[in-house]
Amino acid sequence: MGERYEVRLGGSGGQGIILSGIILAEALGLYGGKFVVQTQSYGPEARGGASRADVVVSDEEIDYPKAIKLDLLLAMNQKSCDEYYRDLKEDGILVVDSTFVTQVPTSKAIQIPFTKIAREKFHREIVANIISLGAITELTNIISHKFMEAAVLARVPKGTEKLNRDALKAGVITARKVKESMRNEDIQPQEFQRED
Amino acid sequence: MKKRRPREFLMQGNEAVVEGALVAGCRFFAGYPITPATEIAEIMSVKLPQVDGTFIQMEDEIASMGAIIGASLAGTKSMTATSGPGFSLVQENLGFACMAEVPCVVGDVMRLGPSTGIPTYPSQGDVMQARWGTHGDHPAIVLAPSTVRECFDLSVKAFNLSEKYRTPVILLFDEVVGHMREKITLPRPEEVEVIDRIRPTVPPEWYIPYEDTTQGVSPMAIFGDGYRFHVTGLAHDIRGFPTLRSDEIGPFMDRIHRKITLGFPEIQMGEFFQLEDADIAIIAYGSVARSARRAVIDAREKGVKVGLLRLITLWPFMRTAVERVIQKAKMLIVPEMNMGQISREVKRVNEGKAKVNTINRVDGLTITPQQILKRIREVS
Repeated sequence: MGERYEVRLGGSGGQGIILSGIILAEALGLYGGKFVVQTQSYGPEARGGASRADVVVSDEEIDYPKAIKLDLLLAMNQKSCDEYYRDLKEDGILVVDSTFVTQVPTSKAIQIPFTKIAREKFHREIVANIISLGAITELTNIISHKFMEAAVLARVPKGTEKLNRDALKAGVITARKVKESMRNEDIQPQEFQRED
Repeated sequence: MKKRRPREFLMQGNEAVVEGALVAGCRFFAGYPITPATEIAEIMSVKLPQVDGTFIQMEDEIASMGAIIGASLAGTKSMTATSGPGFSLVQENLGFACMAEVPCVVGDVMRLGPSTGIPTYPSQGDVMQARWGTHGDHPAIVLAPSTVRECFDLSVKAFNLSEKYRTPVILLFDEVVGHMREKITLPRPEEVEVIDRIRPTVPPEWYIPYEDTTQGVSPMAIFGDGYRFHVTGLAHDIRGFPTLRSDEIGPFMDRIHRKITLGFPEIQMGEFFQLEDADIAIIAYGSVARSARRAVIDAREKGVKVGLLRLITLWPFMRTAVERVIQKAKMLIVPEMNMGQISREVKRVNEGKAKVNTINRVDGLTITPQQILKRIREVS
């Protein structure tokens, strides 16, 4: 890992964006042993309105706590995709929830219908964010699957462990499939290959 | 599978303030929820009952401040936490705590103002209010953490200073620091130095509650302990009763200022980063100091000799530290998320010796390292 690896999760209030940021930060920091800072930006509303979480991870102590140039952007709605795409590095990874993001700014965008999967497979829209964490784990090589699962299970309410573990797994599998299909289409960029 | 380390946490600044307060011995919290300080009240409401402490949600911040003063007089270390609008309301009773010399801690997590402003966006607009918000000449101790670990440390320090000097201490930090989560390792409670107020050792009938001492701090009895004393916001004599005699008022006012002045070496904390050979010095605090640190590192890579004076104590203002910096650096940059509050103090101390540049931002966004770097390039 370089000096800084920067992730931004964007969506609207109520989609669990900030919780995702916390879980990702805990997976990287507490289980993965990295330095990590998570910040957030949101409006005064409990539901709706823009919501965003930045996670900066590094092997060194982190000074500036917010993201500068993104290595990974997860956009859970169209607005955050439009607004934050310009902050993505040229070789950065863009992942979108294609349930809501219908217009992507690049053909390299990884489109997964997180909310649709949550709705149809789990009958619980609330797990869309956990599915997206599974996809992030699969699509990047910043965090191992084991650490991510441990971090998810440590944060979710008691009694929902199985639901969340399955949701995480669904994210991993779907992302793997999308990755395969993109590779077949021969537009697979280097950074999608996992190290392990 | 890697095991989690025992005292390692991903913790929010607000949460670390609570942890620090509890380790320092805080057992009473009165407050009213307000973004971005709500987590402090929220976590206190869960944790205080677990340690036989008391949490009370008051009708407003005027009452909150009154409640913690009462609790402190009864011998319990106490605090409240709020943001801009509530900070305006605590001011009246904050002055009472200065006048009656009641130890207590007030957290102000700064959001964009004035008025209701933007509850979820950061600012550093309350710096002058923290110094001069309550009327009349009074001493003020204001500490400004910039990391989550420092939120813990300065929360402890705030209680220690308030107990030692019998004065309210303000913890002043912006929304970014309050809401930011960082991986930190907390010390064990037994590793943390905790200071308690000095109690009278004389029999109750000999007790003179506001008597001068060498350090200017009088021993403080606990209300209900058999020591009778009178507490008032009126100027009072050494027994605590209102007085109109200037030969009593003068020495009293002198004492409550002197006790803080004598404590300067301990109270004034700052961090000197890469300043030894710096031609350009940045003076910053809170989350902006983190951007400034990044800018210093990046500028040094390009060969520009820049350093950073990070103010940990905002008030009393660190005159001597600034004077030391301007002996070498003839170009100063003061970035702040306000229209220029600490920069006024810098200019006052500077007396025209160095050129003072300001970067001011009041649009709800943080000052970025790039913004500071750009200014460094312009002035170097």
